[in-house]
Amino acid sequence: MTVADLKKGESAIITDSSSDEIPLKLLEMGCLPGNEVELLQLAPFNDPLYLNINGSHVAIRKRIAALIQIEKQDG
Amino acid sequence: MGRQINVALIGNPNTGKTSVFNALTGLKQKVSNYPGTTVDKKEGVCKLPRGLKAHIIDLPGTYSLNASSLDENVVVELLLNKTDKNYPDVAVIITDVENLKRNLLLFTQIKDLRIPTVLVINMADRMKHRGISLNIPLLEKKLHTKIALISTRQKTGIDELKDIIYNYKEVPTEPCLDTSRIDPDYFDSLRQAFPNQDLYKLWLVISQDANFGKMSRKTLEIEKFKTKSISELKRLQQKETIKRYQFINSVLKVGQTVDTSKATGLRARLDRILTHKVWGYVIFFVILLTIFQAIYDWATIPMDFIDGAFASLSHWLKEVLPSGAATNLLAEGIVPGLGGILIFIPQIAFLFLFISVLEESGYMSRVVFLMDRVMRRFGLSGKSVVPLISGTACAIPAVMATRNIENWKERLITILVVPFTTCSARLPVYLIIIALVIPEGRFIGLSYQALSLMLLYLIGFGSAIVSAYILDKLLKIQRKSYFVIEMPNYKVPLLRNVAITVVEKTKAFVYGAGKIILAISVILFVLASTGIGRQFNEAEYLVRMEVAGENLSEEEIETRIASHKLEHSLIGVAGKAIEPVIQPLGYDWKIGIAIICSFAAREVFVGTLATIYSVGQDDEATIKNRMKKEINPVSGVPLFNFASGISLLLFYAFAMQCMSTLAIVKRETNSWLWPMVQLVFMTALAYVVALIVYQFLK
Repeated sequence: MTVADLKKGESAIITDSSSDEIPLKLLEMGCLPGNEVELLQLAPFNDPLYLNINGSHVAIRKRIAALIQIEKQDG
Repeated sequence: MGRQINVALIGNPNTGKTSVFNALTGLKQKVSNYPGTTVDKKEGVCKLPRGLKAHIIDLPGTYSLNASSLDENVVVELLLNKTDKNYPDVAVIITDVENLKRNLLLFTQIKDLRIPTVLVINMADRMKHRGISLNIPLLEKKLHTKIALISTRQKTGIDELKDIIYNYKEVPTEPCLDTSRIDPDYFDSLRQAFPNQDLYKLWLVISQDANFGKMSRKTLEIEKFKTKSISELKRLQQKETIKRYQFINSVLKVGQTVDTSKATGLRARLDRILTHKVWGYVIFFVILLTIFQAIYDWATIPMDFIDGAFASLSHWLKEVLPSGAATNLLAEGIVPGLGGILIFIPQIAFLFLFISVLEESGYMSRVVFLMDRVMRRFGLSGKSVVPLISGTACAIPAVMATRNIENWKERLITILVVPFTTCSARLPVYLIIIALVIPEGRFIGLSYQALSLMLLYLIGFGSAIVSAYILDKLLKIQRKSYFVIEMPNYKVPLLRNVAITVVEKTKAFVYGAGKIILAISVILFVLASTGIGRQFNEAEYLVRMEVAGENLSEEEIETRIASHKLEHSLIGVAGKAIEPVIQPLGYDWKIGIAIICSFAAREVFVGTLATIYSVGQDDEATIKNRMKKEINPVSGVPLFNFASGISLLLFYAFAMQCMSTLAIVKRETNSWLWPMVQLVFMTALAYVVALIVYQFLK
């Protein structure tokens, strides 16, 4: 599962963000394994995605979001 | 002179760094460029206790020391170069209390450079709302630093910050992270190869090369050392980031408590409306409409006043000063020329006011978010919206504002199409011609004139978008598309920040354009009042001979003489030479001269006409009235009629007439190819469109 599969309002834990295509800037904003990610808003046509990653509010495009592996929390 | 220390303000974007800078320096600021770049360098002076002065540099906002743009690179280069005269004695890191965790990443990096580093936690006024409490003494101990908890909004904590800066020698310089922990094997080999160098600095230089490619490896002679592949380096940078976050998390766990139940949902509520699939666009459109209506409506009042005041000043100067060449130069050349630039101030100020409020409030990021998908269809990025909007003020800052577009193709296309947007230099041309050729009257409450102006703005945006689409299809550049934008929290803009931005930008604009306009008015005046040959030198005699039988009043004869002289002056001869080229567009040689001068800068148009028309005239008429009286010598109808007016408007809408923009595009794209493409393509388009429209309408 990746961040691109999240529905609005859902959150999950990042398991892997090591793809070479993910910009370093995103990692520096807290997009790292173990941190929580929540999908806050979707722009029209469901792209880009407005996320809360570990307390940082950022928007990224779907293509990059699909590279961030996540795991849904139980409950 | 007292002692002076260098203080560097460093911080993530959106942390209120500029507010802190303004609070420390007040209006004693200087904006210039970093050598060899177009990155703004903001400096100021702050008085510290006991006569010590601090020279404060506001460095560009950056998320980390891993530079990914020209702006960020400036920060890294300064901090790595101990011999730079601006190398800081003390680094002040500005953080936002709501984003402390992320902001501390940069803090730990700066700290590891072993510069005395002070931590400023800004926006303390929001702590209560967000249920945040901090154990400052504990944080100071864990982070080996001094902390100033401030609020630029409520003006608290600034004096404490000054005290800490004054006592900068007491700030510990212990690093936060042992660099070798990132990858013990690799860093051991580095240490052996360069026993005398600081490990973290070495690592920065090596990794910077991978990111940015601008850092000179020679400075540390590490060329001989075999470094890792870019992908391996990135892996290490990721490891470094994780290690830093581990450290930060361990510190904040004990030093910060957040009561999430107190967090207010204002941000979420505003986001729901402002980024809504329908309302989001409606609100954005209404905001744009308001801006344009305001610029047209409100700005015209002070503009008419300035216009009138300069006309009277010119008249008054002629009456009180002894007549002669110097008086004429002043009253007919310099004063009308200056009036032509100062008349802009109201509009420029309004535009920068709106843009800075939109930026400061955090709304601009929402627009980027909303528009990204739409803009991508045209080969642009959501981030292109900001340059396109600020392009309505001036293309120069707009071209610079493209720097945060990560994808080179999207960035290049944005740079190429930005000059189509209606910049404020086009406004006076538009306003005066609209006033002359568009009839008064209203259509559902909006005046025809305001609607025409709006249409011109739409034409500007439209041609930018269409050209972007074409360029996207033509340009074969494949680059990875990165797109990361922070969505800052909403803030009520600080009046002080907005005011300083408006004043600074307007000043820079007036001085920059003012110099060109002044020079051109003087040259024009000289060219218009000198001539060779009998026609110019004996104009009075020749005209009087010609009109001898026509029974004209003395005043009419004087006017005839003046225009005869002008026609045979140097500028008249030059204008006549180019007349065949522009006649099909409906212009006479005077407009031709104004258009040629406009290639230096568009705003010269009105000033040029003002200077040309003022020569030899001494009534108190405003520029507008003089233009109204002009008659086309070929057709006998008013020179500024509907057909020629529309043709002129469209010529200015499309033509690339701004040397400063061309220069900045050359700098930002590092090639003469792109500015030349703009110049040739846009100007050719302008000529063809103006030609078709005039021939069709006349």
